[in-house]
Amino acid sequence: MSALEILGMSVLALVVLGGALGTVLSKNLVHSVLWLALVLVATAGVYARLCAGFLAGAQILLYAGGVITLAIFAVMLSSRMEGGPILHGSAKQGRGAVVALAVAALLCGVLLQTELSIPRDLPVVDAAEIGRSFLVEYVLPFEVLSVLLVAAMIAALTIARREDP
Amino acid sequence: MSDVQFCLLLAALLFSIGVFGLLTRRNAIAILLSIELMANAVNINLVAFSRVHGGATGQVFALFAIALTVAEVAVGLALVILMARQRRTIDVGEATDLRG
Repeated sequence: MSALEILGMSVLALVVLGGALGTVLSKNLVHSVLWLALVLVATAGVYARLCAGFLAGAQILLYAGGVITLAIFAVMLSSRMEGGPILHGSAKQGRGAVVALAVAALLCGVLLQTELSIPRDLPVVDAAEIGRSFLVEYVLPFEVLSVLLVAAMIAALTIARREDP
Repeated sequence: MSDVQFCLLLAALLFSIGVFGLLTRRNAIAILLSIELMANAVNINLVAFSRVHGGATGQVFALFAIALTVAEVAVGLALVILMARQRRTIDVGEATDLRG
């Protein structure tokens, strides 16, 4: 990697990890959601760095567009029902930190010991190839997924609907 | 270190932060957000390995994972709204109706 690439990748990594820490540590729930939005957008940058441009776009559309909007809606609705902004502390941070550090040490240790042989001149997978594998090789899972999405939306509507109209 | 390995390390740390949030948060929405962080780390892994492998399969799998996460979040947040309406709180420690 050239120096500029290393710099860009490090900045992306810092944004992702800092945003993640903000998500899990922030006291205000709305701030947590906004930190998560930052993480998701920066992750799209990581995808672009890995030559997955289509996925980067899908990430911003689906995650940053869909999930964050849903989460903001849920925060607003539930804070109105609870009365006042939701301030949430965290319990047992020491024990959680121990477990998280153990997981991080395990994963990073395994990763650093593993020799990944990465070929030099890899072909870049473009959107046309992804579309082809969706509609030829993985057409059945693709259709099942659309059924699942409809079922999930109907379920969400049914669960969250008011009993008295 | 190649950029693929760098991304794998980044994903490992992101996953650990998600685990930390999952274990320490009491608020149901915050727990869902932590699960999002972990799912995001897994997606980075899928894309990175797809880069090593050289085919489209890893990216297709990551797209499936993104769509599944969206469905999961929709149902999860609906449950949170229902809980907020019925119990006036979304602290998961308060949801003890099924305790034996």
